[in-house]
Amino acid sequence: MTAGVLRLLLVWLALMLLLAATLGAAFLPLGAAKPWIGYVLAAGKAGLILWFFMDMRGEGGLMRLATGAALLWILFMLCLIGADYLTRAMPG
Amino acid sequence: MAEQRALHEPFHEAERQEEADRLGMLVFLGSEAMLFGGIFAVAMALRLLHPQDYIAASSQMKLWHGTLNTAVLLTSSLMAALAVEAARGGSPRWAGRALWSAVALGLLFLGIKGHEYWLEYREGAIPGLANAHVGSAFEQLFMNLYCAATGLHALHLIGGMVLLAIAALKRSAREDRQAVLIGNVALYWHLVDLVWVFLYPTLYLAGAGQ
Repeated sequence: MTAGVLRLLLVWLALMLLLAATLGAAFLPLGAAKPWIGYVLAAGKAGLILWFFMDMRGEGGLMRLATGAALLWILFMLCLIGADYLTRAMPG
Repeated sequence: MAEQRALHEPFHEAERQEEADRLGMLVFLGSEAMLFGGIFAVAMALRLLHPQDYIAASSQMKLWHGTLNTAVLLTSSLMAALAVEAARGGSPRWAGRALWSAVALGLLFLGIKGHEYWLEYREGAIPGLANAHVGSAFEQLFMNLYCAATGLHALHLIGGMVLLAIAALKRSAREDRQAVLIGNVALYWHLVDLVWVFLYPTLYLAGAGQ
């Protein structure tokens, strides 16, 4: 087994552990923090997929920029929409 | 030995052409991510406006189907990554096996998803169908979101499986040590996986343990 194959298998194992943690955390009485923990763990999985499976670790700046730009714009969109709905009830 | 790929205008070097192929795929995937971003934005708006209703509607989801499918898709992503690794390492046979494994796991995902849809259909939980008796107006909204999100995802999954099968069938792709085709198809497959990684907490986990 080559080092590359072993690395991918370890990443898969980490993904499975993160999945188990995500499922377990959903049943804990975490209150308002619950969705945040779920999404942080999902972001952890996404990070592993991007870095190792999608091979961002071996890419140059151009590829990372193209990938990062898409994620950044989605974050902008979600932040702006969230800001709208969260502040609607405020006295104007 | 891998055959030399043809150069297309305006490229004079294989390396530049491969870089452009990959960049083109990543930009396309960026547009796909934006498409799904709209669905996540709708889910967020629904949850912010009706937090309790959202959790109640999510608690009706088939959590174990969703969890199993997450594990299946993460494993299929591993297979796609292994296919790239095998092609780059000069093992076309293993590249083919890994690609077909990813296709098989994609089919398993669709089977589990189909079973989930079937159970929901029997419960009358799918809006718009003859036997539908979805509870509140919010539940109907949530189920609309669920059907749109998972339906769109399933369409992408089917497209990805076709691409994986094409790459597996093409000998030149399997023997390409640069793994241009297999690498780009794998990128698409990983995006399908990434979208599901976020759909899982959005649709299934919000109401878990309620």
